[in-house]
Amino acid sequence: MTILGFLIPLALLMGLVGLGAFFWAMKSGQFEDLDGAANRILIDEDGDDPDGDRNS
Amino acid sequence: MNAPVPDLTAQGAAAQPCIDSRFTVPGMRCAGCIGKVERGLAAVPGVAAARVNFSAKRVAVSHDPALTGDDILEELRKLGFEAERAAENPLGRDDAETRRLLRALAVAGFGMMNIMLLSVSVWAGAGGETRELFHLLSALIAIPVIAYAGRPFFASALMALRYRRTNMDVPISIGVLLATGMSLYETLTGGIHAYFDGAVMLLFFLLAGRVLDAMMRSRARSGIAALLGRMGRGAHVLETDGSTRYVEADRLAAGMVMLVAAGEALAADGEILEGRTTVDSSMLTGESDPRPAGVGETIHAGTINLGNPVRVRVTAAAQDTAIADIARLMDEAGQSRSRYVRIADKAARYYAPAVHSLAFLSFCGWMLAGAGVYQSLLIAVAVLIITCPCALGLAVPAAQVVAASTLMKRGLLIKDGSALERLAEVDEALFDKTGTLTLGEPRPVDLTELDARQRGLALALAQASRHPLSRGLASALRGAGVEPATLDDVSETAGHGMNGHCADEPVALLRPEVEAGGLAVDLLVGDVRKRIAFADPLRPDVRETLEQLGEQGIVSAIASGDRQAAVAQVARELGLFATAAMRPADKLALLERKAGQGHKVLMIGDGLNDGPALAGAHVSIAPGGASDVSQQAADAVFVGDRLMPVSLAIRVARATMRVVRQNFALAAIYNLFAVPLAIFGFVTPLLAAIAMSASSLIVVGNSLRLARAAGRPAA
Repeated sequence: MTILGFLIPLALLMGLVGLGAFFWAMKSGQFEDLDGAANRILIDEDGDDPDGDRNS
Repeated sequence: MNAPVPDLTAQGAAAQPCIDSRFTVPGMRCAGCIGKVERGLAAVPGVAAARVNFSAKRVAVSHDPALTGDDILEELRKLGFEAERAAENPLGRDDAETRRLLRALAVAGFGMMNIMLLSVSVWAGAGGETRELFHLLSALIAIPVIAYAGRPFFASALMALRYRRTNMDVPISIGVLLATGMSLYETLTGGIHAYFDGAVMLLFFLLAGRVLDAMMRSRARSGIAALLGRMGRGAHVLETDGSTRYVEADRLAAGMVMLVAAGEALAADGEILEGRTTVDSSMLTGESDPRPAGVGETIHAGTINLGNPVRVRVTAAAQDTAIADIARLMDEAGQSRSRYVRIADKAARYYAPAVHSLAFLSFCGWMLAGAGVYQSLLIAVAVLIITCPCALGLAVPAAQVVAASTLMKRGLLIKDGSALERLAEVDEALFDKTGTLTLGEPRPVDLTELDARQRGLALALAQASRHPLSRGLASALRGAGVEPATLDDVSETAGHGMNGHCADEPVALLRPEVEAGGLAVDLLVGDVRKRIAFADPLRPDVRETLEQLGEQGIVSAIASGDRQAAVAQVARELGLFATAAMRPADKLALLERKAGQGHKVLMIGDGLNDGPALAGAHVSIAPGGASDVSQQAADAVFVGDRLMPVSLAIRVARATMRVVRQNFALAAIYNLFAVPLAIFGFVTPLLAAIAMSASSLIVVGNSLRLARAAGRPAA
């Protein structure tokens, strides 16, 4: 049963990491624009030129 | 990788500090639009970064202070997007509330999972020291989790108790606190039953209900906020040196000179100094016909300039305008609504005393039977936990959220659950005329007079202009499936019209040289002149909507601020009882009279003059084209040209209340079985956990049926 002494803190730690990740995500605005994130993946990227062409 | 994310903070730091401005861009519909707006704006000199929030249809621009908001609006227009300055969101407070609840939900979820892990091994038969250790660990997790996640309930329960009322949160808080205290005692004395998992699970389910409720509200409100702001929120003020600058409405002062372009709304009352124009004051008075206004005449804030650009000297601004009186009326009218008691709290009035006396009676009963204080208390706590309104807490929000999201898909944004409850009780509907039964914007009367080529040319010219007549013409032509012709060198002369060339033939869309009755434009192709007359037509499905309302037992009537003759014509056409020439206070008085007779009236209106009536009615709906004030006063907003969402809303609201009642009945049946078990001492933490999850799942499942029921075209 000594394995419990290792597994239970580990389970708690992993839970806390998940919770911390969620708090961080919320604070840094990851959930601000859910529809936008879904759409952004469709935007064509034309090289590194940030002023890229306008005809997309 | 996704498309690059421009960083709004880093880039501007090198040069001078950038300022952030926000604009609403309702026309963004796809990924291409996001890319176009962000890249297009980033290419403008002076713009450090632009970031689109697609969900809110908004773009945040970090730019050089030398670049004004107008320049950016102009750039957006060049990119092909109509945009407006975004106001500081007056409803933004809700966001913080949703976040707080979400955080509490996450914490409760974390606690629930870990405690459940420990509880399952206890239920599986862990005994002796292992059980004691697990209970202790559960307590260590549960107590901070309950303290954090329970706060919304404890705070609301305390508030209710302070005012000597009771709401759903009172039995919840008492149940959770007693269960925690009892389990803590059990843990410290090495007992066998600890209810930490039950208490935390209860909080988790209830928080899920609250989060759903809050998300529904904030989604609808951000939808409405995106519609807001087309009405004069500021004006271009002429400086003494001849330059102009943009001034917010509340900074305008008497004596300033405003330049009001065609299509713009006035931000303050004023007197025309220069220019002749036609103004549309339907927002303010309900009067449908545009009225000519010349030098020396006074025009009020909220009217829209339809004709030529004019110079207006401000005579009254902000708190002194004619609008301010309406705002005062609205404040007074809105107070009656805050007395409405929501159905969950109504249920709590009976539920809380019943549950508490039941727990108390079982305590007394077991004491009399000679069970001892400890044993009796344990059973009383079990009764409280098992009856704790887990299903009840979900019964209302689950049904309302499903209904609201279905309605949102069909073009109706509901602000909160209480609006749905009130909508279900409606037995009379009162419509404003201009902008509600009618579209509220000029549309061409008859397009069949134009041949195919003329239509294409008219669309090509009209879509290049922001003038209200051009916009009406373009939207009607697009609706008829017309493709724009290709034109060269299209130009707009303010107050005159649009000019262009089609294969070297001059074409133009001009203001008629001879003023005729009503609004009209002339389409010039070569030497051929065609007159296109405009009118404010009825919404396309007014009749069907009124018919459906009638089938639902709702009596409809018109209450308009327009002239008798104009109202009578519409009333005859639709077969409705109508009252005309009503001032804002008259509408409010009419509503109060009807409320006094015991009627629950639904008010549907768009203008500023409807504001007090919208705030004072039992429940109210405004169209998406309504004034900001009306959209904020109304309980719901429908978008698009069709009126059908109004009757759909009532049908869905009634279906929702049916489901809510079913949910309450389900919860009651559950209690009927579970309570006797608890009273006779058969309930263990395992049984409580199973009962709680099962009843919640049943309630949520029953609510999901609404999505199907509301999706059907007509019942």
